[in-house]
Formats: sequence, C-alpha cells, structure tokens
Amino acid sequence: MNDMRKIERDVKMTDTKITARGVNVHYGDTHAIKDVDVDIADKTVTAFIGPSGCGKSTFLRCLNRMNDTIDICRVQGDIRLDGQDIYDKRVDPVQLRAKVGMVFQKPNPFPKSIYDNIAYGPRIHGLARSKADLDVIVEKSLRRGAIWDEVKDRLDQPGTGLSGGQQQRLCIARAIATEPEVLLMDEPCSALDPIATAQVEELIDELRRDYSVVVVTHSMQQAARVSQNTAFFHLGHLVEFNVTDQIFTNPQDSRTESYITGRIG
Amino acid sequence: MSALPFLLLIGAVCAGYILNRVAAKSIRDRGDRLHSMTSYHGLFSALLILVPVLTFILFWLMLQGPVIDRLVMAGLPDGALGERGAGATQLVLAEIKSLSRGQVFGSPEEWKVAAASHLSQLHQRADWLLIVAVAALSLLLMGLARARVSADFRARQGVEGIVSGLMVFCSVVAIFTTIGIIVSLSYETLRFLKHVPLSEFLFGMNWEPQIPLREDQIAAAGAFGWLPVFLGTMVITVVALVVAVPVGLFSAIYLNEFAPRRLRAVVKPVLEILAGVPTVVYGFFAILVVAPAIRSLGQSFGLDVAPNTALAAGGVMGIMLIPFISSFADDALSAVPRTLRDGALGLGATRGEMMTTVLFPAALPGIVGGVLLAVSRAIGETMIVVMAAGLIAKLTINPLDSVTTVTVQIVTLLIGDTSFDNPKTLAAFALGMMLFLVTLMINIIALRIVRKYREAYD
Repeated sequence: MNDMRKIERDVKMTDTKITARGVNVHYGDTHAIKDVDVDIADKTVTAFIGPSGCGKSTFLRCLNRMNDTIDICRVQGDIRLDGQDIYDKRVDPVQLRAKVGMVFQKPNPFPKSIYDNIAYGPRIHGLARSKADLDVIVEKSLRRGAIWDEVKDRLDQPGTGLSGGQQQRLCIARAIATEPEVLLMDEPCSALDPIATAQVEELIDELRRDYSVVVVTHSMQQAARVSQNTAFFHLGHLVEFNVTDQIFTNPQDSRTESYITGRIG
Repeated sequence: MSALPFLLLIGAVCAGYILNRVAAKSIRDRGDRLHSMTSYHGLFSALLILVPVLTFILFWLMLQGPVIDRLVMAGLPDGALGERGAGATQLVLAEIKSLSRGQVFGSPEEWKVAAASHLSQLHQRADWLLIVAVAALSLLLMGLARARVSADFRARQGVEGIVSGLMVFCSVVAIFTTIGIIVSLSYETLRFLKHVPLSEFLFGMNWEPQIPLREDQIAAAGAFGWLPVFLGTMVITVVALVVAVPVGLFSAIYLNEFAPRRLRAVVKPVLEILAGVPTVVYGFFAILVVAPAIRSLGQSFGLDVAPNTALAAGGVMGIMLIPFISSFADDALSAVPRTLRDGALGLGATRGEMMTTVLFPAALPGIVGGVLLAVSRAIGETMIVVMAAGLIAKLTINPLDSVTTVTVQIVTLLIGDTSFDNPKTLAAFALGMMLFLVTLMINIIALRIVRKYREAYD
C-alpha cells in the first residue's frame, strides 16, 4: 500500500502533457472512438489496455496524427499537446510527429545500415551540424535504446539483420534520436519473445525519466509492470482511466473488472 | 466427319467418369469405407481415357496426310513418274490431290484419275479406321479404369499423378520451344558464318547486305558488319528509355503515393490502356505526327534533321514503354511494407522524404528489374522502327540522323522473294541470334536483380 501511495504522489507532481477532450474517430461508416477524454501526464508511462478492436491503437495514432495518412479516417474533438491544439490548421503534422515519436507493433527498421536507421530522423530534421555531431547523436540514442553494446561493432550492417528484439530496440532508439517529447508505442512487444519483452519493458521504464510514454498493450501484466496510469478501452469507449494499481486492484467499472479478471476480452 | 473422333472421345470420357463414380458409390453404399472420394474415382477414369486417346488422335491426324501421300505415290504405275525430279513429283501429287477434290484442269492422264480415286478411297478408309481405333482404345481404357475401382484403390493419388504429369509437360513445352528456337537459329547462323567470317560480322563497321546477282557483277560484294545496325538499335533504345524511364517512374511515384484515390482509379487504367495499343498504331503516330514535327522544329533551329529520325522512332517507343515501366515501378513501390512507410512518417518525414529516402531505395531493385525488361522490349521492338526508322545503316549516335535497327534489317532481309542459301538471307538469322543473345543476357540480369529484391526486407 505504501508503494502505491508513492506512485500516486509521483503522478500528481507531474504536469499534464496531452489533453484530449471529446475525441471521436470514424473509419468510413464505422465509429471507432466515441467521446474519449484523457489526460496524459509528463514523465510517466500511460498504458492503454482493452480487447482487440476496442480502439486503443486508433486513439494512439490520433496523438501524432498518423491517422491522417489513412484516407477514410476522420478525427473530431480537441487534442492538445502542451496546450496547443494539434489538429489546428497551422500545425504541421510533420513537425508534430518529430515531437511525438512512435514505435510500431512490428519492428520496422529501414533496409539501411544500423547507423543510417538511427541517423534518419536527425538528418531529415537537420539536428546535426556535422558528421561528428551525428555520430554523437547515434551513439547516445543507441545507448538510450539499450542496444549500443550489441551493435557498436557493426553500425554499418543492415538493421534488418538484427534479431526481433534488437530490431525493436533499434526502432525505439531511432524514435529517440529525433528528441521527441512524447513517445507512443503501439504494442511494442507483441512480436517479441519473453526475454526481448523484458528488455524492452526495462527500457520503457528507463525512458520515463525524460519522456511521456504511452504504451498500447494486450498484456495486462505488461501494463501492470510498466505503467503508472492505465486507461481501459472497450468498444470505442474509454471505460476507466486511473492510477494503474487502482485499475488492477480496485476497478470502479464492472466492465474493467470483467476484463482484468479474464471474463471478457 | 473429322469432328466425330473428338465427339466419341468426349462421350467416352463422360461415360468413364459416370461408370467409375457409380461403381465407387455402390461400394460405399455396401458399407465399405472408400479410400478416395467417389468423384476422384470418376476423374481417374476420365483422365485415363482423355490423355492417351487425345494424344493418339492428334498424332493420327498429323501423320494421316503424309502417310497416304506416300502410299498413293508408291501405288502409281511403274514409269509414270519417269525421270522427274523432286519438284515435279510434288507437282504431280498436287494435281492428283486437286483431282480428288473434283477440280479438273484440262484432260488428265488415265493413271492420274485412278490415283485420285485411290487417294480419296484411302482417306475415307483412314477416317473410319481412326473412329474404330478411338472407340476400341476408349473402351479398353474404360475397362482398365473400371477394373481398378475398389474400396482401397487410391484414386486421388492417381488423379494427382496424372495432373502433375500434365503440369510438368506444360512447363517443359516452353523450355523445349526455347531450345528449338536456339537450335534452329544457331543452325542458320552457322550456315551464314560459312559465307562471312565471324570476325567480320562481329567487328565490321559496314552493313551493306547485297549479293552479286551475276557472277561477273562488280561493286556489289556486300558487307556484313553488324556494329552499325546494333548501334542504331542502341541509339533508339537509349532515346526510348530517356523518354520512358523518367515519365514512367514519376507517374508511378505520383500514383502510388500522392494521387488522390479517385484520380488513381481513373489514371491507372488509362495508363494501362496505352499498353494495349498495337505497335503498328504507334508506328503511324511516329511517321505521321512525331517525325514531321521534329523535322520542322529542328529545321526552324537550322539543324539538319533526317525525315525519319532515331529521335522520332525512339520517342514513340518510349511512349509505348511508359505503362510498362510505370506498372512495374508501381508494383515495386506497393510491395514495400506499410510498416516502413509508417516508420518514416512516424519519425516526422514528409511524404516526399519518405519516398526518396525509404520507399524508393527499398523498391529500387524491383524498379531496375522492370527497366531492364523494358530495355529488352525496346531492343526487340520491330513494328515501330520498321515504320519510323531508316533502312540505311550508319555508324552514328546522332539522334537527329536516320538509323536502322537489327529488327528492321531482319524484316527487310526476309521480305520478298528470297532463297535461303545466300548470305543476304542468312544474315537475318545471324542478326536474330545476336538479338536473342543480347536480350537473353539482359533478361537474366533483370531476373537476378528481381530475385535479390525479394530478400531485401522481411
């Protein structure tokens, strides 16, 4: 109990990074997200859980406007990053995505060298002034991605040649290299084995020091392990949003309780 | 009459199917457990009849004519042919054949009329013999198939065996055709090389495929160096690629990534219609529109422009290749996994940056493969250049000059009355051989690149 109080205090101390109010998403005729309100805290891991097709990934993709790339997708509502409406006409989604990085379900290293994978973001955003600068960024990002020791001797080899878990950490390092403020992770461990999963989870916990991290996950254990706050989605509704321990020990909604005890989902 | 064996075969196939199926069903109804489904028993019988009997009919029809001809000629009275040569014997046979069809010219000799009636008699007999043979063979096979039906007969494996045999046959047909083409081409090429040394053909700078008509004719010895002709092909191919590659590539990139869905739905089919335009029509376009336009434009700049320029032929050929390259590039770009696009966009890349830095490099091997296939099409393309390119082989790389191509030379060498024993005609085969080798090489390279590309991601 003491432990839980400590985390609660932690959360209250941090600021809100993203606020979403009345978000609705339609895919063609399908109403995928229904009136979702959520506050995502800075320097915290927030987990989105829920059964398949409940809209958690869709909502995640609203936060960096990745849904813009899908023709039939319409997003309504108000999403603010540091108080700035990200769906405002003046906001360039390209710059937004540099600020809100994303890691995908399936590791997706580019068919380039490990170095070029990491350097991709810094290069397109002009973050490095010289080759030496870029080298520093690459090393720092790979260290933060907890993969430096494994790849430091083969930076010129293709990123696609790494194992699945290494690829995913490479993708996380690649996302970090652009110096984002928020890191969105869409089921980052679903394609990984338990050992690689443990490594990535450890990494997520590390990242909390500098970033606001949002993780979509199927695994309730994972949500319990890595997150401070948890949102439970069901059929496009945000059913319950609370401190993680509260969700798992004392759910307020009967649907949340059914899900975490394995009766639905 | 000639359809009757085929009808008989169809009937036998159906009968065999039903017979075996019913037999298998009755075994099942008795309570035994069949190894194969009843339809497999039926199919087994049908295929067992179809394949051999069809082969038999086709061979029979192929051999019937020559065998009967031989019989008729052998049956002619002694001395009727006399000392005639092979050509005259052919004429006699043709006359007998038209007599048997009832076409009488003048008053033919008695023995020719007799031979004609002998011929039609033989044909009639052969037709009946075929029908009897088909019926007997079908019945025999039907009986064989029927005898196999039993509870544990593996009819499914039997059917699979026959079908996979047919598939092997079909895939081998293409290979053997290729081998046949190579063999016949090489044979004629070797005959050509008896007249013209290989070094002259490969490295000669002159192409004047003439031969003396009389023994004593002067200044018509002819020259058979393929370099100027091949250079012409290359010039036109390069012009075509300069037009087709950028246009095709950019249209593919636009359609694949930037075009709104509705526009794509219209433009892509229209582009593919271009691929369906007959090359003759492109040829008209080249001589009637493009060539005069280039000529008058060039002359207004004071340039010396030939009436049938490499630029016109190559440019129109390039237009022909646009849909080819664009659809290849589009496929290659679409094959890049969505996760890579998302990855680049998720890092804050613009669509343009994503295209140039991720999508295009990942799709490049596929695109290069498509371009190389387009090259071999351009090299082998005939109709446009026959209509729009020149006939005289010039050793030039000026696209405003008139050049000729390998394919054009092959066509002109083989058109008209030709005998197949002089170097002029045989040169066409040597050119064909070279063309075949060059495109074969390019295709091999293209296939290798495409194969490598399959391993690029995943």
